[in-house]
Amino acid sequence: MNVSYQWLKNYVDLHDISPQELAEKLTNSGIAVDVVEKVNVALDKVVVGYVLERERHPEADKLSICKVDVGEEDALQIICGASNVDKGQKVPVALVGAKLPDGTKIKKAKLRGVESIGMICSSSELGMNDKLLPKHKTEGILVLPEDSLIGSSIEPVLGFDDYVLELDLTPNRSDCLSMLGVAYEVAAILDRDVRIPENEIGDGVSNQHPVQIDIEAEQACKHYAARLIKNVQVMESPQWLQNRLIAAGIRPINNVVDITNFVMLEYGQPLHAFDYKKLDQPKIVVRLAKPEEKIVTLDDQERSLDDQMLLITDGVKPIAIAGVMGAANSEVTEQTTEILLESAYFDGFSVRRTSKKLGLRSEASLRFEKGVDPNRIYGALNRAAQLLKELAGGELVDVIVEDKKEVPSDTRILLRTSKVNEMLGTDLESEQIKSIMERLKFGIEEQDGEFNVVVPTRRQDISREIDLIEEVARLYGYDQIPATLPYGVYVQGGLTQKQKIRREIKNVLEGAGLQEVISYSFVSEKQLKTVKIEETDFRPITLSMPLSEERKYLRTSIIPNLLEVAQYNVNHNNPDIRIYELGTTFLSNEIHLTALPKEKMVIAGLITGALPTYWKKSNEAIDFYYVKGILENLLNELGINDAEYQPKVVEGFHPGRTAAISVEGEAIGILGQIHPEIQDRYDLTEAYAFEVDLTALWNQVNTEINYKTLPRYPAMQRDIAVVVDYDLEVDKLIRTIRTTGGEILENLQLFDVYVSEKLGLNKKSIAFSLTFRDQEKTLTDEEVTKVYNKILDALVTNYQAELRK
Amino acid sequence: MKEKLEQLQSLALQEVGQAQTMQEINEIKIKYLGKKGPLTEVLRGMGGLSAEERPIIGKLANDVRETIGKEIAEKEEVLKGKEMEQQLKAEQIDVTLPGKPSLKGNRHPLTKIIEQIEDVFIGMGFEIAEGPEVEADYYNFEALNLPKEHPARDMQDSFYITDEILMRTHTSPVQIRTMLNKNGEVPVKIICPGKVYRRDDDDATHSHQFIQIEGLVVDKGIKMSDLKGILLNFAREMYGEDTKIRLRPSFFPFTEPSAEVDVSCMMCGGDGCRVCKNTGWIEILGAGMVHPKVLENAGYDSEKYSGFAFGLGIDRIALIKYGIEDIRNLYTNDLKFLKQFKRV
Ligand SMILES: [Zn+2]
Repeated sequence: MNVSYQWLKNYVDLHDISPQELAEKLTNSGIAVDVVEKVNVALDKVVVGYVLERERHPEADKLSICKVDVGEEDALQIICGASNVDKGQKVPVALVGAKLPDGTKIKKAKLRGVESIGMICSSSELGMNDKLLPKHKTEGILVLPEDSLIGSSIEPVLGFDDYVLELDLTPNRSDCLSMLGVAYEVAAILDRDVRIPENEIGDGVSNQHPVQIDIEAEQACKHYAARLIKNVQVMESPQWLQNRLIAAGIRPINNVVDITNFVMLEYGQPLHAFDYKKLDQPKIVVRLAKPEEKIVTLDDQERSLDDQMLLITDGVKPIAIAGVMGAANSEVTEQTTEILLESAYFDGFSVRRTSKKLGLRSEASLRFEKGVDPNRIYGALNRAAQLLKELAGGELVDVIVEDKKEVPSDTRILLRTSKVNEMLGTDLESEQIKSIMERLKFGIEEQDGEFNVVVPTRRQDISREIDLIEEVARLYGYDQIPATLPYGVYVQGGLTQKQKIRREIKNVLEGAGLQEVISYSFVSEKQLKTVKIEETDFRPITLSMPLSEERKYLRTSIIPNLLEVAQYNVNHNNPDIRIYELGTTFLSNEIHLTALPKEKMVIAGLITGALPTYWKKSNEAIDFYYVKGILENLLNELGINDAEYQPKVVEGFHPGRTAAISVEGEAIGILGQIHPEIQDRYDLTEAYAFEVDLTALWNQVNTEINYKTLPRYPAMQRDIAVVVDYDLEVDKLIRTIRTTGGEILENLQLFDVYVSEKLGLNKKSIAFSLTFRDQEKTLTDEEVTKVYNKILDALVTNYQAELRK
Repeated sequence: MKEKLEQLQSLALQEVGQAQTMQEINEIKIKYLGKKGPLTEVLRGMGGLSAEERPIIGKLANDVRETIGKEIAEKEEVLKGKEMEQQLKAEQIDVTLPGKPSLKGNRHPLTKIIEQIEDVFIGMGFEIAEGPEVEADYYNFEALNLPKEHPARDMQDSFYITDEILMRTHTSPVQIRTMLNKNGEVPVKIICPGKVYRRDDDDATHSHQFIQIEGLVVDKGIKMSDLKGILLNFAREMYGEDTKIRLRPSFFPFTEPSAEVDVSCMMCGGDGCRVCKNTGWIEILGAGMVHPKVLENAGYDSEKYSGFAFGLGIDRIALIKYGIEDIRNLYTNDLKFLKQFKRV
């Protein structure tokens, strides 16, 4: 809502408050003012001139030589290039020395040999916004009203001496979508009176009116009132009215439309004027549209309606979409002489639904949506009738005609002083609270030491005690409320176990050199299809109205996000990438969601590129085992020592270099090299990634620390090297050794994997170092040898291993 | 005998004097003092001596042994020192060569700020609550006093999946879920951090996904002044002891009275600068007293209990704190960007 400061002065005394001060006060009490701006750039030395004579320039067809009276002794000779300049016009004249908004400085000049002293200006030369002017005013020079005072500054004539306060209204304060509403607010802040516009037209309602009104859709329309006005002369509005509309950001059209807009701005009640002669019968029927019913609106668009949209009809044809836009078939034109003026109370939800569905938002629909004051229906209607009489020569036919159902009335709310203080932490007296209610012009009814507040219908945001407490708080001043700390039982704050573990996971991965990233949950189809980790049948979740194809689906894995981050970095000169993200993935097995999907918290990592350059050469490189080491270390930190890694083919991964990770039979994630094709697609070289499902991990995490006494007896070390088939998974050997070794096998360390033709075709040698210890006694050589031989036997029997000598 | 011993001694000392390496010294040691050495021989041959001569020669032999031993020991010290010196010299390295790079990643700047804020509130007795990112319309809107078709829903344009399921537009639904789980018990004292989603085209200041932290306290006798006190504490922990806060009336459907909360500008201390657009204040929070309808929806008697809630955007705080010019940088994850947030 744009509020003209000068206009507002009509309703509330502002003689001692500047527009800037007013803006600050409004903002501090809850009506945020975004900006305070002058209506137009200040114009010095631009005055009203009167064109005494106009002659064609002897040397140039398109130029006129004008004699212009600017209120000084001598008329000025001014050359003008506009074709519409004429004798007898009042025009804006920029005098010598004036500076125009575009930077032009007016000097004495000679045009084709003829002297020109000053300049007759067009609207755009004055810095006016052409979008807010009728077309004829933007072409050529601007012609001013005949009654403008010659020689006076142009500023008051065009309303340039005004300021506009741009309100950023919260949805609850629709009452401030009207000048009167803002006036009530300002009056409450300043503790002043509100002046309602005077009107000599009474509120009389007739039953014998020539027009008949019928509300058939009571749910969507509670009150429909109208007036019939004859002998209307449609023409341009007086300048003051146009100035008001322009300040509010509305383009003047003609006096009838302008008056309805003016009254809408003043009262917050949208009005609509029908050309009465275009009605098929003297009747208004308010009904719901039929399915697929068509209407051509004022903007010449054909609209297809549904059966929940409210229509205004003349009983034969629809003539408006209620509260949203009129139909072209009943539009007021220059030929219109009889007007049926509508002032109605339409249901906000209904209007909102219709305007949203049709994508048609107007100043009127905006106000209906948020709720208008049902008690301003007559006031607005009569105010407009009065103005039509004054400014369009209209004659009122009879009084108001209407169909009225039940409309909201004033509400009574008990306001307890104790509750106010309990809620705010203040120490206010009853009288202070009452005085705030009085400033708001709310009624007060005393009742056994407490009081009821009578809230007028203009404040439909107030329906219970807490709403009144808020009024007290904001008018008393939030800055007056003290700062205290909650009084009550002390509670211990803290992280839950899972939250602690999550932070620990991050610490471990960062310790291994991985950088945390945060990416978007929405992905493209391409990304979605990059990897498929989940085995069960799930369907990707699609946004119903995505912003773009790139962000259309909910991610089912974080790995595609990490690939995207890696690609970005590779292409931005960061080739060595070690990243992780802890976040949510979304899965559902429904095509059309009826329940919330499964949200999995996962930890995913990706490593590609090289290790940091070091001048001392080492043969350490990033490969599967490098990344597996990081993951093993992470799991160990979480007390998980028995994770199993089994080869697995996973979409998006290298089929020979990928493992499924499980703990005690439960799948927790995957680890592997990204499929070379996918690597290529993301501009990557060898890249390794893992994704672990934390929801599965929680069951396995063991954070308990089991202290064991340090060993008292010595350990014995034996190495064992065996030759086995190349394809044999070493994990099998390890498991066999562990089981066979039993309790005295304290530790097993794989220290060599050797492949050579010397070992035989498709053979490899695997060497372990075994540590034996008994907690109770010193082991003898014989005891260890016995176990050692058992292990060897098991390897020979199970895997046809040969001891390597 | 005596001459023989003296001769032996002078010979030995001469050899010791000439020895250059530890190995030579060791050989000398064995040669003269070893089990098969001449001294042992002398002592062995003492049987043939007279009773008078025996102690004299015995003492002399011991003296010779001691003298030689002492000389050897001294020489050993000298040679060891020399050898060590040589060894150290040989082992000298260029200490100016760079060390082996060790790898260390760090938190994303948003996580750093979340954890910092979490820790501040944990210190004030809060717990951390979490909830789903895909929410039911009921929890995201209706329970929060935002019925369908409520005009205030326009404040948060949302990503729907079905008519009833959407991406949460704030973390407030976690408040509802937490209260419902508590089954009417008090106190409730939580903060809820998490990702939220709104239909905004991404640009320098807007992101369709961002991170929010909301707080909620419900108990008997919770007042708006308590909200002010807690937020003042928070602001001081985050931005320093001298930080001030300012509450301005505002509107949120789920709180009443509602407030926008400004903190005195941490860049200029309130004198006015580019960051605070010369106002001295920076808006960081929305807050208010929990609307009685919300309490009722979550199973609390609003006559008996009251509460306050607040919410802040982490991305915005990060942008201000680090002077980051574009919110998209937080989600592009350029390593050159992320690596700058290493410090504690
Ligand atoms: Zn500042």
